[in-house]
This record gives sequence, structure tokens and C-alpha cells, in this order.
Amino acid sequence: MRIVTVRRISQIFFFVLFLWFCLVTTIGGEWWRLRGWPVNLFLQLDPLVAIGTALTTHSLYWPLLWALPVVALTIILGRFFCSWVCPFGSVHHFVGFLAYRKKNLAEKVKANRYRKGQCIKYFILIFFLILAALPLAKGPGLQIGLLDPISLMSRSVNLVLLPVIDNLTGTISVSARFYEGAWLILTIFFAAVFLNLLIPRFYCRFICPLGALFGIIGRFAIWRIGKKQIGCPDCKMCERACQGACAPSAKIRISECVLCFNCLQDCANETISYQTRPSLAGEITNPDITRRGFMLSAISGVFALPAIRLGNLLGSNYYYRLIRPPGALPEEEFLQRCIKCGQCMRICPTNVIQPGGLQPGFESLWTPVLNMRIGSSGCQLNCTACGYICPTSAIRPISLSEKLGLDDFAQAGPIKMGTAFVDRSRCLPWAMDKPCIVCQENCPVSPKAIYTRTSFETVRDGILTVKKAVGGVVETIEDTLVPDQFSTGDYYCLLKNGERRKIETNTENTIVVSSADSFERIPVEGEKIEIQIRLQRPYVDIHRCIGCGVCEHECPVSGRRAIRVSAEGETRSRHKSITPKGQYL
Amino acid sequence: MTESEQKGITRRDFIRRSAKAGASLAAAGAASYWLYDAAGPPAVSVEEGIKALPDFSIPHSEGKTISVVKGSDRVETVNKAIDLLGGIERFVKPGERILIKPNVAFASPPILGATANPQLVAEVVRLCYRRGKAKQVIITDNPINDPQSCFRLSGIGKAASEAGAKILLPRDGYFRNVSLAGGRLIKNWPVFTVPLEKIDKLIGIAPVKDHDRSGASMTMKNWYGLLGGRRNIFHQDINTIIAELAMMVKATLVILDGTQVMMTNGPTGGAASDLQRKNVMIASCNAVAADAYGCSLLNLAVADLPYLGKARKGGAGTTDFESLKPIITSIG
Repeated sequence: MRIVTVRRISQIFFFVLFLWFCLVTTIGGEWWRLRGWPVNLFLQLDPLVAIGTALTTHSLYWPLLWALPVVALTIILGRFFCSWVCPFGSVHHFVGFLAYRKKNLAEKVKANRYRKGQCIKYFILIFFLILAALPLAKGPGLQIGLLDPISLMSRSVNLVLLPVIDNLTGTISVSARFYEGAWLILTIFFAAVFLNLLIPRFYCRFICPLGALFGIIGRFAIWRIGKKQIGCPDCKMCERACQGACAPSAKIRISECVLCFNCLQDCANETISYQTRPSLAGEITNPDITRRGFMLSAISGVFALPAIRLGNLLGSNYYYRLIRPPGALPEEEFLQRCIKCGQCMRICPTNVIQPGGLQPGFESLWTPVLNMRIGSSGCQLNCTACGYICPTSAIRPISLSEKLGLDDFAQAGPIKMGTAFVDRSRCLPWAMDKPCIVCQENCPVSPKAIYTRTSFETVRDGILTVKKAVGGVVETIEDTLVPDQFSTGDYYCLLKNGERRKIETNTENTIVVSSADSFERIPVEGEKIEIQIRLQRPYVDIHRCIGCGVCEHECPVSGRRAIRVSAEGETRSRHKSITPKGQYL
Repeated sequence: MTESEQKGITRRDFIRRSAKAGASLAAAGAASYWLYDAAGPPAVSVEEGIKALPDFSIPHSEGKTISVVKGSDRVETVNKAIDLLGGIERFVKPGERILIKPNVAFASPPILGATANPQLVAEVVRLCYRRGKAKQVIITDNPINDPQSCFRLSGIGKAASEAGAKILLPRDGYFRNVSLAGGRLIKNWPVFTVPLEKIDKLIGIAPVKDHDRSGASMTMKNWYGLLGGRRNIFHQDINTIIAELAMMVKATLVILDGTQVMMTNGPTGGAASDLQRKNVMIASCNAVAADAYGCSLLNLAVADLPYLGKARKGGAGTTDFESLKPIITSIG
């Protein structure tokens, strides 16, 4: 079997495997759901994730050890990952192939020539690594997720492609999934893919920081592509389909070669081979970066992160509507681990975890934030899926006991994501004299974090004058009442002496209270009675509220909700607390 | 090029071009005619909707409307309760398709009693298949929390599937607007009607629960799970909506499970201390009568629940369960 055939099989295999892992990332025990599939494998194999998080946290999270064999193989063999494994690379390879297949040899060779711009990806890598290593007061920042190919593809498939296909066909999930800002993710994905129509493997050659990393690691590979004999006729067939644009016909650039082996296959002269000796035409091992270029990207990195943080969003100017999933690390540490892969957003059963926008700060872009108005019910009480799926433990894999403050964690108490605040200017029983308490009803903790106090309010135009009263039937002088409007079971009739009875029904000019429980003192002619509505008004017990947002989700004031979760009180941030610890509850 | 410029267009070419132009003109003219709208768009109008759901109730049989069985084992008590009303064979005929609507509102474990007991639901499914010889039993609900999580965490999904039922999760396309005749709130409101079009009998299964807003949640409130849309808005007139639900849904049989009653902090509860074992199972051909009896388990009287009186006035049933001659017995 020819080597390119093996390579193609490998690409197809890993591409299908990647899509399969994306598809099965939903909770459940069926074989086509999560149930033990290693859905984070590609992210774990990705050495940029491992090295990035190692720089920011000075530790290697144990599942990321998978990166070590990849690094080892790259050191020995070269940039095999790009051509043989990377699903994003396979997309670019395929689209580039489609775009150029009808062109002639000269056009193909021209498309695959080495370009100086291929050094840009190294500058991007240096920039990100500087950000990850910068010893700032609030720590470094991990932004590799923006351009890492596995993160990017994971985000694009999970948050855009799968939901779009699902919304068109209704086959993948039971109810439509929503993701805010998906248009931007799609634009970037399509831009990257369509750029292959201009230059094949555009992203891989010019942008990919992972490719740059592999280029640096693999430049001294033991085996590499090269010319094994002299007498090359310079027919340029080797560059007909060269994926790395590494110039195999001349002095081959090892750090650009992605081991697609197309040159080996296409060489008409049996000159190109994969060998331990350096190419007879010479090889360039180092990436084409100048010292000046290195300094410029390093300086940009050194300035960029502190500049981004000048808004003090990690301090007193924190964005209070930023609610992170339960188990999320404190914000500085969270931003050192989150690679914006979107796995947590995909697995969340209630669809409440959304890709963040820029409002909480640039670093929050595409990180998980909770939007209680989207999805089926806020953060579900008995669920810890996001922590278990997070590949870098930006969201810790907490147990249910830790989340709910049970057993060993009873002393520590439950994990709070924030606190709900009743907006009394919008709440139905507080501002509109209308009974409701859907929030209290749905509060999932026990004892509930929302409790009610009952009050009676005299309704508008509710003071009436008695004409005649017999038993429980009071006839009024005013005769413009709407029949039955007070029969809902929530209205009461208040007498001068303080007696209050539930109204059963009314006509235009009579009020009828229950005959079984009528007035002790029948009101007389000319006396005033008051029609009152009984309101249960919600209050939040801030010691019990965990900020799960089910109340906000269920509130019938569906625009700007009358109860909203705010970041104050979240367990992971002491500086956002509004009550001192040690207070008696 | 210069030759044909000098020669001019041939007759054949001219006719061909004219024909194509004519055809395009005709197409444009036809499209304009078919799509012509003289009046412009109307003001916002919502489809009127269906006036009533299918009637799944069975003919009245004197003395066989409501049964109450006291016992600690749900499987035993539900079997006895249904047998006292004539057996499942009275309700389910061979080859019929049955829809069971249990309370699966919350993603709450069965031990907290906020949802229908999974073993109870499974037993009713088994009865329908084994003795009723039903062709298919479907379980459904439009829960408050995430539907898949509710069916999984409540245990009802697994128990019912193992008994052979099909779980039907709500989808947008299953709801149609309903305007209940005689109703004030259910007007142009999405209701879970599409699955009801294809079934023969409807059974409701609900636990007895306290409810902070309505006082109680039993078989009538159970039908809330057939409403779609932003149904929370009805809490402002909770008694009327429950009454209208009882008017709208004419079920074959309702089962009210008072084995473990949620006495406080309903409808979600959340602690074992909210529950009290009362060991009562009620089967009824009428939800209003079942609730009227069941409220006593919450130490409430019929007068304490305004929705009962409203339902009676709306013609959904009687609250005077004594008049229906309930059969009350015990096991063990």
C-alpha cells in the first residue's frame, strides 16, 4: 500500500473519530451518547494545550499527558500530526485539493511555493506563549484557544455546525440548542476554510500556532523528507501537491514539512525519500523568523495582556452578570486554563452554558458563561457534567456532594455561582398587585432560598360603599364592577373593623364571601369596604441561594427578568461576597 | 462578428429570441397575477385554534367511578384500586394505544416524591399491556426542567421503558393552539395535542402534593404538563387555569398516589421531612372527584381549594365524591 493511501486513511479515520466524539458528547447511557467515549482525546493529544497550561499553571494536568507521546513522535518523525491526525488540517487539505484539482501543474506549483508569510504563525505562537508565561500580579493569561486548531474546530462543530444541522433536520437533539454569538464562530471557521481557495492549507501554513509549535519541536527529526540522490531534473512534480509549502525541490524547510508524502509519491525520478540523512539539496531546519520579528511579537505579548487587563475586570470592575459554571476556578486561575473548546457548552443538558462575548472582557470571549434565559432550566441541581468534561480543569470535576454541600462538604456548604436578586420594580406581586411566586416554586434547594411573606393590598378603585349587606352578600352603591373579576380565589373583602374574608364571586354591584365563613359583624349602609388582593411576595435568602438561575429562567416577566442572578456571593470569589463569613444564618 | 453585424439578425434567431422573451414576460405576468395582494398584510392575528381535545372518558358506571385503597405497596394498591372499578379491561381495550401522562415535572430523584413514583408508572404500563392487551403505551410530559434530565433522574424513563412503554419527549411540532370553549385563559394557547390525535385512551398519574401557590397539586394540576409556551403566566390566576385544565382534559382514568404525601414545601419539596406516609391509592374516572377526596390527605377541605369549585361550575366534574359512592378498602 502506498504511503499516501495510508495517510489518507489516517486522515479520514481521525476526522470521522473527531466528529463522532463531538456527536456523542451528550449525557446518557446509550452507545451513541457519552457513556465512556474519550471525547476529549484530540484536545488531550494537543501539545499546545499541554504546554500552554503548563506555562500558566506550572503543572501538567494529568489527562494532558497524552501530549507527551505526540511530542515524542514529533521529535523523532517530524510534523506528522498536521497531515495524519489534525481534523482541522484534513478539512484544509481537502478543500485545497478541491480548489486546485482542475488547475495545471504550473498553477499548482505556484500555489505551493514557500512564502515568507509562513513565518507569521511562529509570531502568533510566540505571542501566545509570552501571554502564558507573563508573571503578572493577577497571573498570566491563556489565549491559545482562540487559534488552536483543535479548540477552533471543536468550538465550530459543537456550537455552530451540529446545532445548525440539528435545527434543520431535528435529528440530533430533542429540543433546539442555542448558542449566542455563534455567527462569529462560523465566520471565522468559514473564513479559514474558504481561504484554502486562494492558497491551499492557508491556515496551516500562515496561522496555526500548533503547527508552529510542531515546526519548532520537529525540526531536528531523525527521519525527514529529502533528496536521496543527485541528478534531480528539477521537474517540480514534488511541489504539485506539497501541503506544507516547504520547497522539497530546493533546500527543504523541515519545520514547514507536514509529512503528507505527496512529494515522495509524485517524484518521477525516485529522488525524494523519507530518510535519516539530510537532503542532498540541503535543508533548513529553523523556522524563518528573524530576531526582529521575534522581538516584535514578544514585546506585543508583553504589552497586550496588561493592556487587556486595564479595565480592572478582574478587580473591582468585575462584570456582575458573568456567572460561571459550578466548579469553575477563581477567575484569574480560570483564565489560565480555559481553552474555549466549547465542550462544557455542548454537554450541558439544559443549554444554559453559553460562549461568552466581549462584555466581561476580551479574555472571556468564548469562555463558558451562564445565560439563564436560554435553555430549559438554569443550572440543573443534580448535574456536574461540565466539570467532568472540561479537558483542562478550568471547571473542576466536582462531586455532587461538593456542589450541593452534603456529606464531607456539609461544613463548607454548597457551591454558589452567584445570588438571585428580586427586582421589586418588575416583580408581579411586588409592583403589579398580581400573584405569582413561580420563582419560589421552582427553587430547587431545600430549604428553599426563596421564601414569601404574605401581604394584602387594596386594589385600585377598590374602596366601595355598602348599600345593603345580608349574610355574606354585600351590595354596593358602585355598580361598575366586572362580574367575577374577584372570583380567582386571591381576593378578599376588608371591613372597617379589620375583618377580612375571601371573596367567592362578585357581580356588577355585589361582593359575595363564603357563606360558611361569613362576617362576624355584618357591615351597615354607608360603610366603606376594601377589596384586597392577597399577594405572596418573594424574598431571597442570600445564605441559601446558590445562584443556579432556575428562578430567573422561570420568571414570567420574560424580557428583563424580575429575578436575576448576579455574581455577588459566588463561592469562588471572596471579593464578591456581600456578607462576612462566620455570620450566623 | 462583423459579418453578422452587417447581415443583421436571421429570421430564425429573431423568432427564437422573441419566443424566449415572450415566455419570460408571460412568466413574470403569471407570477404577478398569482401573488397579487390587493389588501396588504392584516393586523397581527393568531390562529383561533382547536376548540376541544378528544374525549377519552368511558361511559359512566354506577358505583364504579372512584375507588380508594389503603396499603403500603403501590403495586398492590393500584392493582386493587383499578380492579374495584372494573379492572383495566374496562379502560383499555385490546389493540388500543394508550397515553399515560405522569407527573415528570422536575429533575428530582423519586425518593423526594416531587414526581410520580416510577414503579407505579411501570405497573400501570404493565397492566395495559398484559391484561389490557394494549397495542402501545406511550409515556409523555412537558416538564418544567430539562425533559431528558427529568425522565432520567425521576426514574420514570427507565422504569417505563423496561415495562415496554415508549417515552415521548416534547418537541415544538407537537403543540397546537387551543381555545377552550367556556375557557377564559386557554385562548390561542399551545397545548400538547398532536400526540393525543393518535391515541385511544388517556391515563393521568400524579402524587398528592402540597403547593404553595394553589394549595395542592394532584390529578387536575397534573394536566399543566400538557400546556406549552410560557405557561408560568397563568400563576396569576392559578385556580382558574387548573379548573380550565380539568374542563379541557377528559381522561379515561386518573390515579392519585397518596402513598407518600408531600405535606409541606410543595411542589418541589426537597427533603424527606416534607413527606408523610399515608398509604392511600385513589383511582378515579374523574379528576375533580379524585382531587376532592385527595385534599383530605393534605388536611385540607374542598372549600380550601378554590379551583375545585370553579371546575365544578365549569362542568368538569363533581366535588361531592360521596355522591359517586366511592369504594374504600384496605390491603393488609
